[in-house]
Amino acid sequence: MIDGMILPDVDDEEAAPFWSACAAGKLVVQACGTCGRRRMPPRTMCPWCRSFDVRWDPMSGRGHVWSVTIPHPPLLPAYSDQAPYNVVVVSLDDDPSIRLVGNVVAAAGAALNSIDPHTVEIGDAVEVVFSQVADDVWVPQWRIAGVS
Amino acid sequence: MTAQLIKDRTAIAGIGQTEFAKTLDRSEKRLALEAISAALDDAGVAPAEVDGLSSYTLETTEEFEIARNLGLGDITFFSQVGYGGGAGCGVVGQAAMAVASGQCRVAVAWRSRKRGSAASRPWSQVGERVGRHQQWTRPFGLLRPVDEIALLARRYFHEFGGTREQLASVAIAVRHHANRNPGAMMHEKTLTLDQYLEARWISEPLCLFDNCLESDGAGAVVVTTVERARDGARPPVVIHSFAQSIPQQHQVMTNYFDADPLRGPSWACASRLWANADVTPDDVDVAQLYDAFSPLVPLSLEGYGFCARGEGLAFCADGNLELDGRLPTNTSGGGMSEAYVHGFNLIVEAARQIRGESCSQVAGAEVSLVTSGEGVPTSALVLTKDRR
Repeated sequence: MIDGMILPDVDDEEAAPFWSACAAGKLVVQACGTCGRRRMPPRTMCPWCRSFDVRWDPMSGRGHVWSVTIPHPPLLPAYSDQAPYNVVVVSLDDDPSIRLVGNVVAAAGAALNSIDPHTVEIGDAVEVVFSQVADDVWVPQWRIAGVS
Repeated sequence: MTAQLIKDRTAIAGIGQTEFAKTLDRSEKRLALEAISAALDDAGVAPAEVDGLSSYTLETTEEFEIARNLGLGDITFFSQVGYGGGAGCGVVGQAAMAVASGQCRVAVAWRSRKRGSAASRPWSQVGERVGRHQQWTRPFGLLRPVDEIALLARRYFHEFGGTREQLASVAIAVRHHANRNPGAMMHEKTLTLDQYLEARWISEPLCLFDNCLESDGAGAVVVTTVERARDGARPPVVIHSFAQSIPQQHQVMTNYFDADPLRGPSWACASRLWANADVTPDDVDVAQLYDAFSPLVPLSLEGYGFCARGEGLAFCADGNLELDGRLPTNTSGGGMSEAYVHGFNLIVEAARQIRGESCSQVAGAEVSLVTSGEGVPTSALVLTKDRR
């Protein structure tokens, strides 16, 4: 765990089930409990059928890099210490309309700069890992697929 | 028939601004009052005649403070628009709607910004735990607006092709304009392709020169009926068309989650803007396109219909933003080389072009487009000469 990182509010009323699934090592995506359409980020109401019912669909955790940037300082101190690092948008293989922001790292819990950020390319196959960033917070990160 | 209620009914009767600098030793309130005062004097309008106020939600000085300092009349319309750099044309357009609909007769719109102000740099103020849309990006080190736009820039390069050399043409063109504008912060600093390519990274693929300046300063305009403006001190700058947009399924700044993230808010805004206008992109003589970050310029060129999807960057690289190009753009130097005051200097410059007063004047300019922030809920205005 690295001090000073920004943490998600794991009690957020729309997103809490996502973060608790991460803590359990599972990647889930919100879908409408009535019409079944998936949406990310989660919402209170389904924009297609206006249902308030939700369900959380388990995902395989495989995806592909949709875009990548490499931030350099000035950044907040905890991030400056790790810069330059990669930030990626990953499109999920199970449902390519669903995208998540994260980092490609060497392994769960590794630093943001644990791999050379310039090696990450759009189209890279990645798989999810869950990094513990606080006593009660796990976030989804990504590693290059097929690398143990 | 739409938009007949505001088309050509109102005009910018006066413009005003402070000087722009990295640090000005006056408060945001003081700067706002200076800019509004200058705009009223320019218009030949007495403060007591003002009955409408329109500003950004980021503004730190409340309307009643503005009114009681300047000695304004009874205010019967006041309104604010959110989303930072997306607000500018919306602020002016809402003033125009209020005048056109009779809710007020003379409105003032303004923006005053100091870079040290907490409200001006929200990214540096986040708490240790974030909710809302930020929880999906901030924990992963996507902290600043430039990081958020860099992800779109990289994807644009991937989908449509594009190089840093092409992107450099945006920063270099607006710098050329600033070099002709003694009031621009970068007036005396030239920028070459080599300097651009050697500059330090901020968020790859974006370097220092892909970013707007950090500035203190303020700008203001006076909006009134075309009839009242004709009695003023300066020729009216007619507000021909106005639009705002929050496109469907949009997420502010970090819009990576909808079907087509490179089709930003400018598309929906443009659709309303041109539907309400008697002119088309082909008729536009000069443009001020919001340039907090250089990739927003090609994205806006595509959204507002100046080139086809994926061709915006090549349009820039072909020299079209220069004074002798197809669409001279950000002719005061824009956010990247004149000053960054959430795009209000772009509005002032768009009006200046219609009045024939720009330091990079487009000869005979009759149709002037100005846009606000792409990537956030946005807005745009088409300004024209008074064709009475």
